[in-house]
Amino acid sequence: MSYTKRKDNRGFDDFRKVEAKAGVIKNADGSAYFKIGNTIAYAAVYGPRELYPRFLQNPTKGILRCNYNMMPFSGMGERVRPGPSRRSKEISMVTQKALIPVLDLSEYPNAVVDVFIELTETDAGSRCAGICAASMALADAGLKMRDLVTAVSVGKVDDKVVVDLDYAEEAYEDGHVADIPIAYIPSTGEFSLLQMDGIISTDEFIEALTLAKKAMPRLYEIQKKALKEKYLLFHGNEEKGEKNE
Amino acid sequence: MGKLIVENKTIVVPGETLAEGMDYLPGNGTYRIGEKILAEKLGLVNVDGRALKLIPLAGRYSPKINDTIIAKVIDVTLNGWRLETNSAYTAMLPVKDATAQYIARGANLTAFFDIGDHVVAKITNVTSQKLVDVSTKGPGLRKLAGGRIIGVNPYKVPRIIGKQGSMVSMIKDATNCKITVGQNGFIWIDGEPKEILRAVNAVRMIDENSHMKGLTDKVKEFLQVGGEAK
Repeated sequence: MSYTKRKDNRGFDDFRKVEAKAGVIKNADGSAYFKIGNTIAYAAVYGPRELYPRFLQNPTKGILRCNYNMMPFSGMGERVRPGPSRRSKEISMVTQKALIPVLDLSEYPNAVVDVFIELTETDAGSRCAGICAASMALADAGLKMRDLVTAVSVGKVDDKVVVDLDYAEEAYEDGHVADIPIAYIPSTGEFSLLQMDGIISTDEFIEALTLAKKAMPRLYEIQKKALKEKYLLFHGNEEKGEKNE
Repeated sequence: MGKLIVENKTIVVPGETLAEGMDYLPGNGTYRIGEKILAEKLGLVNVDGRALKLIPLAGRYSPKINDTIIAKVIDVTLNGWRLETNSAYTAMLPVKDATAQYIARGANLTAFFDIGDHVVAKITNVTSQKLVDVSTKGPGLRKLAGGRIIGVNPYKVPRIIGKQGSMVSMIKDATNCKITVGQNGFIWIDGEPKEILRAVNAVRMIDENSHMKGLTDKVKEFLQVGGEAK
């Protein structure tokens, strides 16, 4: 038995269809929407703002707080019990650790930047979708950052190394499966998130990382385009009109 | 030989390469990594000779010395008032910088500024830890009574004010309203209720369309046709 064809006819190195949008939540300081296949993530950024309780304050720089949340009926199986869980707490933490390398909060001592990631629909790859949305929302909030963070999962299904596993692939039963969510900083080529679940050989693991590096630039372009589109309307007008500054 | 990758006045996102080579110099909102100059924020690129600069488009207000802001009194302490500034930090207004009037020791400070009052204040000092001191002693600095306060994106305040205050005085003349614009994005407008609404709509329009060229004429037209919300 071998895994010869993916369900939605995409190639083994293709990710699912991606949609992205910035500035979707009016009351947030920055926000973004990121959809990959059937996984939908909304991210809202609030701040920099005052941080309480005081013992959390850091007088040398601002801190980043992430909150990952799957909505009750977002999954494909059982209803997700609302509120924080062991899983969502871990993902919140790894999201924070994936984003902090690009952020510069040294101008905001004792303050906090809050990121809320809500998943309305999930079909695997939710932490990656969350990270993509969150990095766009942080940029939309006008924060100082080195780069955007792009994230996608790679892995192995049976004998094939694949990009962006969906839930059916993660649950594949006729062979070994490995799922490796990765966050990537394009300008430096660093990985800021690397987790794994499953079984994979060293060679295949290296191959998976290479595939991820190839897929990331395409995702990065989608993120960049979405952020610019929010302002493009104004920009188009600018070219036509006279100079007025 | 250095190469410019993006044109002047284009919108860039963090991490986007602006120029290559050592001929260009990184200015505000940009940074150099190896031979490249990258953007550090979401903003408009401004190429000035060899210097590259970024004009930010979004973000919260961050207190700067000598800014005139509109702030809200949120607490009264032993030696002054604590003000909310629409930024990540609150400001302190000490009694001695509040008014030219003599305030006796132990006087009831709420008689001057009470919790919930809004004041026009000037930032006198900002420390490295972002402790902000303000003063309400000076021309135009006062407690605000009546009118209404709206919030806009602080990065669009220069556009609302216009060159030498041209935009804001145009709205003032057209609506007969008193308007005070705080650098922190709070704007106080007072006048006839109907006129206030027109002024608010005009300000909101500038906030939304601040990237358009020929905005002054558009606002003028907007105010002439009545300034009704779209």
